[in-house]
Amino acid sequence: MEQPFSVTDVREAIASGRASAVEICRAALDRIAATDGALNAFRAVAPERALARAAELDGRADRATLPLLGVPVALKDNLCTRGIATTAGSRMLEGYLPPYDATVVERLEAAGAVIVGKTNCDEFAMGSSTENSAYGPTRNPWAVDRTPGGSSGGSAAAVAARMVPLSLGSDTGGSIRQPAALCGVVGFKPSYGRVSRYGLIAFASSLDQVGPFATTVRDAAIALEVLAGHDPRDSTSSSAAVPAFTRALDDSGGDLKGIRIGVPRALFTEGVDAEVLAAFDAALDVTRARGADVIDVALPYNAQAIPVYYIVATAEASANLARYDGVRYGYRAPGARSVSEMYERSREEGFGREVKRRIILGTYVLSAGYYDAYYLKAQQVRTLIKRDYDTAFASVDVIAVPTSPTPAFPLGERTGDPVRMYLSDVFTVSANLAGLPAITVPCGFAGGRLPVGLQFTGRPMDDAVVLRVADGYERATSWSSERPAAPASSPSR
Amino acid sequence: MSHSFTREDLERIARLARLELDASEQDLFARQVAGILEYAEQIQRVDTTDVEPTSHAPGSAGAMRDDVVCPSLPRDEALAAAPDADIAAGLFKVPRVLA
Repeated sequence: MEQPFSVTDVREAIASGRASAVEICRAALDRIAATDGALNAFRAVAPERALARAAELDGRADRATLPLLGVPVALKDNLCTRGIATTAGSRMLEGYLPPYDATVVERLEAAGAVIVGKTNCDEFAMGSSTENSAYGPTRNPWAVDRTPGGSSGGSAAAVAARMVPLSLGSDTGGSIRQPAALCGVVGFKPSYGRVSRYGLIAFASSLDQVGPFATTVRDAAIALEVLAGHDPRDSTSSSAAVPAFTRALDDSGGDLKGIRIGVPRALFTEGVDAEVLAAFDAALDVTRARGADVIDVALPYNAQAIPVYYIVATAEASANLARYDGVRYGYRAPGARSVSEMYERSREEGFGREVKRRIILGTYVLSAGYYDAYYLKAQQVRTLIKRDYDTAFASVDVIAVPTSPTPAFPLGERTGDPVRMYLSDVFTVSANLAGLPAITVPCGFAGGRLPVGLQFTGRPMDDAVVLRVADGYERATSWSSERPAAPASSPSR
Repeated sequence: MSHSFTREDLERIARLARLELDASEQDLFARQVAGILEYAEQIQRVDTTDVEPTSHAPGSAGAMRDDVVCPSLPRDEALAAAPDADIAAGLFKVPRVLA
């Protein structure tokens, strides 16, 4: 019999006594050991901590009540874990041991999950390919000469290669959805405020949100039920009630009757791969067959989303990253003769190039003489982008777009051209600017066996409808069960 | 905005951001940041007359809580990750500030 893998199967197998949490944990650790040499998805694996935790779960009398009982989980390395080094992919935080766990880590463990390790990401989550990690790029399990997307590329690859059934990432402009799409898994960015950001290393605080990667929409919904809810330690976390997301999936049974799906086709102009568009159109046909109405909508200001995003996000990042000064934690350059020399050299030596580029840009757009023309202007256009969605959601329930304009691109292809790299996020950043829930589900392949993702975006705090529509689509297709062949050998890093 | 980003701008901004850039980074960033700003120039053409700026996603700003004293991170744990600290004295250590 095949080993239980999905969140649902693992939980049931352990709760019914057919498997133990220790066996499940050991199997996940074995898969990581066998596979990760070729992918570099993991920054750190914590086998002893994971096995001790699994043994403890096996001894608990109330274990059958735990929604994530014995589920092995990997965490993006920008989520603080007490006792496991947390680097955010940066030299600046090499060996950093946080003094506390992120709220999402506490919630996962309280629900019975087993943290097996930390995953690679672009430095401070800044990137779209995981090539900006100070610890080498992660490779795409479907084609090891290509990127997994980013910035949560390690978390996407870990699920895609079936090392773990569930991982967490963070999404500031697409950093969960774009790598999930490029790796052929489900990735969900909840509504802004749905999940606590306490213990998430901050990039852009008005945009950042934590969310899950999984192999099915149902598994992502189970995870969201655990993660969601108000946290007094994050004042931006919403105190709205958390719906029973999985029950919404059960009740609809995959039916999409009465669901109105808006398609902003005018945005699919330049740079969208023809095979990606063909897969997207075929997916819309599937939703129609399930009873959905597909309607054209206009989101004219979405065309400005990338410049607005790169002004707002870098401005916030320049402020958030001011804390890395070589005093309280992180890297300090040796031998500085003054405090200011220590600051400047620690930051020069500790940060990588993309981070420095964004600090420069963000500091510039906030600086005297340029604030109104760039930062304030971008915030005003952000309002217009939000209004576009308000108007569209008066006549539709969700909006569908391809998650990424292209499938996975070759390592090194875009690293020298920031604007080209930034355009990888053209269909994902606006959900962050407007604070909306958005999910990607696999919807086919392009260029042979490179996965394509279908994105649904919903109204603020209407995470349940987004999950329901994605689940309805997923049930009608078999793309989510496709998996990459095991990587043949370890390429040189 | 027709001002283009110059080497002088870069030097000024790097000082503000406390970044000491090496020569190759100065060339690269002056060129790349100018390119990004040129791309971002398109937002200047959007009419934003009387449009309120959005600084934060909806429904999240302005949350209040009771002002209650609760335990915070113990001092020795807060100092534990510092590159240089005197944990017994409860101090972070930095290079000499006064000559």
